[in-house]
Amino acid sequence: MTADVLPQLTAEVTAAAHPDAAPCRCGTATTTLAHRPDTTVLRHAETVAKAHAPDTDRAALARRLATAARLPEVFLPPLTAAPAAFVDDRPVTLWPYGAPVDPDAPAAAPWEAAAVLLARLHRTTPTPAAPPMRGPAKAALAMARLRATLAASPPHPAAPPVLRAWSALPAWARDEAPMPGTPALCHGDLHLGQLVRHPAPDGPWRLIDVDDLGAGVPGWDLARPASWYACGLLPPDEWTRFLTAYRAAGGPAVPADGDPWAALDVPARALTVQTAARYLTKALAADRPLDEVEQSLIDACARMAPE
Amino acid sequence: MQCPKCHAPMHTYNRNGVQIEQCSGCRGIFLDYGELEALTQLEAQWAKPVPPAPQAYPPAPPAPAWGAPHGGGHHGGHGQHYGGHGHHGHKSWAHMLFSS
Repeated sequence: MTADVLPQLTAEVTAAAHPDAAPCRCGTATTTLAHRPDTTVLRHAETVAKAHAPDTDRAALARRLATAARLPEVFLPPLTAAPAAFVDDRPVTLWPYGAPVDPDAPAAAPWEAAAVLLARLHRTTPTPAAPPMRGPAKAALAMARLRATLAASPPHPAAPPVLRAWSALPAWARDEAPMPGTPALCHGDLHLGQLVRHPAPDGPWRLIDVDDLGAGVPGWDLARPASWYACGLLPPDEWTRFLTAYRAAGGPAVPADGDPWAALDVPARALTVQTAARYLTKALAADRPLDEVEQSLIDACARMAPE
Repeated sequence: MQCPKCHAPMHTYNRNGVQIEQCSGCRGIFLDYGELEALTQLEAQWAKPVPPAPQAYPPAPPAPAWGAPHGGGHHGGHGQHYGGHGHHGHKSWAHMLFSS
């Protein structure tokens, strides 16, 4: 099924890049930006086409696209207001090409720009029709996948701390209750792969990927950097730069000063558990030991919920 | 002067302001009055601990109780950073920055 997506999506992105219906003579090859079981992203010239997951909620995707379109100061603007096509029953959305963060230079990550974009997004009042931000749902999905893999594997010493840390989270963070507090518009899946410069190569930074966008707890969008910092992976000065820029831009997820952890603790724990679950699932599937970084996530889970 | 033990000639050396006579034959050392005390004092100065270096890093920002003992924040350490002096190489966790 996935094999069918590439040629069809290639035709879609090429046609979108050459809207006059002329055959492609631009001489650029179509490149694959991402090709995972539930997401395929192709680029042709200055146009990008994304095939979303087969089980995507189409009505919610349409609302998420519309939200991105009305926030051009935050999101890369979609080229079409609705999914442009369907390949293999998967919705396809079209976007301008934006230049991503160099994966070989993470130390040059635009932490300030990311923080300012999030603060702008979080200060936007969600419309009543906004779907929920999907962060907790994604965490619950990662746990469901881990449990399914554990059921088919011999016992693993890293599994109990991850399961305990998950159980210790409040129901909302496990997607078992509505999110608390005043809802803010949230990205829902922030990481450095979600930032591009548009126009490439040196336009302003914008967020991409609307799949998890929606109303919810804004602290969720700060929780990945918070988790990386808490696990001893992200240097304190980069965390400080990110948090300071977010506060300076009036972001509502944390108090304007003082200790931010009362607001960040639950989402940062949830994302630490989610990441630990993902890496443990991968390690079990590949029958390989956890590496030192993966173990540092398991260790953090163990400290959250001691035996 | 001559060595009182083997009678070979002794040579005078100056070490940190202390006159030392050493025998050119048996390598024995003759100390004048007070020179042993002067040497002991010098040794004590060498052994004195180096004053602590001024704090090289600003105080780390707060971190949660479940944070890494040598990483995040309130423990004051510098952790396992991709670009820092930690245990992990740059590449070892950078992929995590870019994935869901």
